[in-house]
Amino acid sequence: MSMPYFTPSQDPGANFQELLSRVGLVPRTVQGQSIIDIPHATTCVAVTYQDGVVMAGDRRATAGNLISHRDMEKVVQADTFSGVGIAGAAGPAMEMIKLFQLQLEHYEKMEGQQLSLEGKANQLSTMVRANLPSAMQGLGVVPIFGGFEPRQAKGRLWDYDMTGGRYEEREFVAIGSGSLHAGTVIKIGWRAQMTKSDAVSLVCRALWEAADADSATGGPDVMRGIYPIVAAISQDGWVPVQDDELAQVFESIIAQVRTR
Amino acid sequence: MTMPFYVPPEQQMKDRAEFARKGISRGRSLVACQYLDGILFVAENPSNTLRKISEIYDRIAFAGVGKYNEFDQLRQAGVRAADLKGYQYARDDVDARSLANQYAQMMGHIFTHDQKPLEVEILVAEIGYLASEDRLFHILYDGTVMDESKFSVLGGDADPISERMVTSFTEGANLSVALKACAQSLSGPDKTLTADDLEVAVIERAGNRRCFRRIEAIETTSLMG
Repeated sequence: MSMPYFTPSQDPGANFQELLSRVGLVPRTVQGQSIIDIPHATTCVAVTYQDGVVMAGDRRATAGNLISHRDMEKVVQADTFSGVGIAGAAGPAMEMIKLFQLQLEHYEKMEGQQLSLEGKANQLSTMVRANLPSAMQGLGVVPIFGGFEPRQAKGRLWDYDMTGGRYEEREFVAIGSGSLHAGTVIKIGWRAQMTKSDAVSLVCRALWEAADADSATGGPDVMRGIYPIVAAISQDGWVPVQDDELAQVFESIIAQVRTR
Repeated sequence: MTMPFYVPPEQQMKDRAEFARKGISRGRSLVACQYLDGILFVAENPSNTLRKISEIYDRIAFAGVGKYNEFDQLRQAGVRAADLKGYQYARDDVDARSLANQYAQMMGHIFTHDQKPLEVEILVAEIGYLASEDRLFHILYDGTVMDESKFSVLGGDADPISERMVTSFTEGANLSVALKACAQSLSGPDKTLTADDLEVAVIERAGNRRCFRRIEAIETTSLMG
């Protein structure tokens, strides 16, 4: 592979996807029937709390009525102060996350400074929009994006639709097949200026109820020791909540459910 | 129609090399060296925004001297090559040796084929998981690659700075000691460089993933104090 060197008029700038297309690395879209039995990733939620944002996602991927993966990571760190959660066709979704992470890093290295949080949210919107032809064939991908805004010292959240529509939310977001149940739990439980532990309990409860009602959402898998991915983003950056802490949270949820 | 004068190729290459060296010697110099926790870069650079040292990939950094726009274009090409390779294969597959070869190819080609050679010298440095796996690839304007060890000096005043570096460099020195050695070597007997005149960065062996870190003036001052 020779070094990518461009004339000023051909230069893709800090845009990694444009660079991929210049060097011929973008896959061609496939025409034809919609594909349904490929793995799908499901429920992700995010809430704002007093120091920033807490994001969470279950671990299950399904293909049709079968469970295809038990330990998918649908909520991942995008860069130091932001994270992304994703629902939809697992293959394109994981590729989108990978490209998004790369794009943020690529931009930072090329330009010598990070994109603003708003810029990152907008960048993700462009990527969702670019996936629209695949979405029409049943390979839709819908992300959520959350991050800590250092200038305002607060967390911000965005959700998207399949056409790339980008909507900033002030309180919470829920996406994926279990979003109706998860969203309702959060809607009832959300309070302004929650503490981190309250926010973590709330998102865990939301995922629990989603898993209870939606077969495509996985609950905590105590037998295998697989718990949802939960992480807080604050001025300390992306901090994942550890499994033993999550185990305690779910134990208390189970205790509550048992006594109701 | 006028016939162009015949210029023998030896003369042509000599002229080009001289042209490139002149351009490079107009700029300020740069030193990179191994220290206890990785590789340290120190450049004489009064600008706080136009960088000579920058990140290429997780464990790889780039440094350039000479004409800013030219080495910055090389830097961008390096970031692109590295990010593309990491995307296509795996992050571990991105290595300094391959990048240095690609740079050498490109700079060699430009030296012989383009209107004018690049007036730059660059350094591609990589930290290994052990100090013995550290790499310093010094690449000249004509595509010559030098695989250097311990330290590397780039720029017009390279010879006197190297001589001073030989005496002041100690293996396994901590950051503060290494930084002082580099700053003294860059300064020489006639002038003293302070933290404000220097651009300092490190790639740290113990880093999480992206090991490159800039050391800002405040930290530089305290390390040199």
